Amino acid sequence: MVYSDKVIDHYENPRNVGSLDKDADNVGTGVVGAPECGDVMKLQIQVEDGVITDARFKTFGCGSAIASSSLATEWLKGRSLDDANEIRNVDIAEELALPPVKIHCSVLAEDAIRQAIADFQNKQQND
Amino acid sequence: MTESRLIYLDHQATTAVDPQVLEAMLPYFTEHFGNAASRGHDFGWAAEQATNQARETLANGIGAKEREIVFTSGATESNNIAILGAARMYHRKGKHLITCHTEHKAVIDPMRNLENQGWEVTYLGVDAQGRIDLQELRDAIRPDTVLVSLMHGNNEIGTLHPIKEIGAICRENGALFHCDATQTLGKEELDVNEMNIDLLSASAHKIYGPKGVGMLYVRRRNPRVRLEPIIFGGGHERGLRSGTLNVPGVVGFAKALELSLQNREAEQQRVRALRDRLQQRLMDELDYLTLNGDPEQRLACNLNISFAYIEGESLVLGIPGIAVSSGSACTSASLEPSYVLRAMGVGDDLAHSSIRFGVGRFTTEEQIDYVAEKVVAAVRRLRDMSPLYEMALEGIDPSTVQWASH
Repeated sequence: MVYSDKVIDHYENPRNVGSLDKDADNVGTGVVGAPECGDVMKLQIQVEDGVITDARFKTFGCGSAIASSSLATEWLKGRSLDDANEIRNVDIAEELALPPVKIHCSVLAEDAIRQAIADFQNKQQND
Repeated sequence: MTESRLIYLDHQATTAVDPQVLEAMLPYFTEHFGNAASRGHDFGWAAEQATNQARETLANGIGAKEREIVFTSGATESNNIAILGAARMYHRKGKHLITCHTEHKAVIDPMRNLENQGWEVTYLGVDAQGRIDLQELRDAIRPDTVLVSLMHGNNEIGTLHPIKEIGAICRENGALFHCDATQTLGKEELDVNEMNIDLLSASAHKIYGPKGVGMLYVRRRNPRVRLEPIIFGGGHERGLRSGTLNVPGVVGFAKALELSLQNREAEQQRVRALRDRLQQRLMDELDYLTLNGDPEQRLACNLNISFAYIEGESLVLGIPGIAVSSGSACTSASLEPSYVLRAMGVGDDLAHSSIRFGVGRFTTEEQIDYVAEKVVAAVRRLRDMSPLYEMALEGIDPSTVQWASH
């Protein structure tokens, strides 16, 4: 598998690796994928006044999966929730120049973003 | 990607041509370029003489006679001739064949092809170490069983099948025995008579010979095995494999086997020690590792490990310059996990996490230490990034979690 320079850069210098407190009210968590499929992404956002102030990820998967989630956290920081919902897998795939066989990595990243936002919004409603 | 150092640890995929092999081959490209089938002039005679000598060396290497060796383009072709050729020649006896789930695709695919044409194939299962059950083999052989095809050493996990016992069972029960010995020729002990092997496939490029040349041993006595050819033409190789002989290749193959056998035991010992050193260092320094394959009855050069909670391809990316194989070694162009590991009951999660290291003749202890160091560092880095490892450390076994599929 030949990777693009951008994938290699994110793989070698991943942005925002780590975990936030999943039980905190202002944190939304998305966990998508499955080990038997070869990729699992955990993506978390911390939200203050409707704006994402921090984002973290942990990913089990190939270089493209790691890069997709790393890029997602980079794009999420500083965005409003509405803006965050605008992020599409095609944008991630294009930015990282993912080959067709790796497009599912960007799909997974989009799913993780949606799930994290939904998790955060659920917590607000339950309060 | 600043590493400029290249280390080759994929010797089950292929090997470098030994300089002595290359030297033996060179005159047959330019000076003695004749066609071994040209019986009317010196150029042809020189080529024929060279191939005769090579045939003798290769035959002797497995305890066979010269006339029992058929040169081919490689082990894939040898396997195809053996399986398709025997099935088609003996179809009146029956249309049943036996093989195993962990065989190379070059055996599985011709079997599948025959299934589509009305043959019945029994695929033996394997245990968690990749071993077949000999009683299961015994029970599977029927009066209409034409051929049993089982490999000697597995290319992915290295597990060695007990060839001698298998040969005896086939002989007792009247089935022909084909053995794919691609990974073991020149390495493990091989004697077609002692082991009751009727057909044997091997390739030059796994033993420091050139690519594009292989052989098929076809027993001529007790019993005489007859095969229907699959390639037709000028009637070369006693009609079994038409096509002008690859004279330099054949010469190189013989030289490669000669060198391998000269030093067989010493080299096996050295390679095994290096393999064990790598295994030991990885096991000592990392947790959650699984060795795939039989811990004892295994190719000396093979080390296949699952690094739980990280994905194999990302590990390969993390050790630039180190050539290893991830996932289904031979089909890693696809994203499917290894069918060999699946057959052994290894879960898809661990199959995605497997790496094959293949030690070889030119591997040094210093290289092994370097590789161990780099792999340990990459695994630690990737596990720090892995949500599954995080769960494992929290005491949650990711395999017990209900995952949404995608």
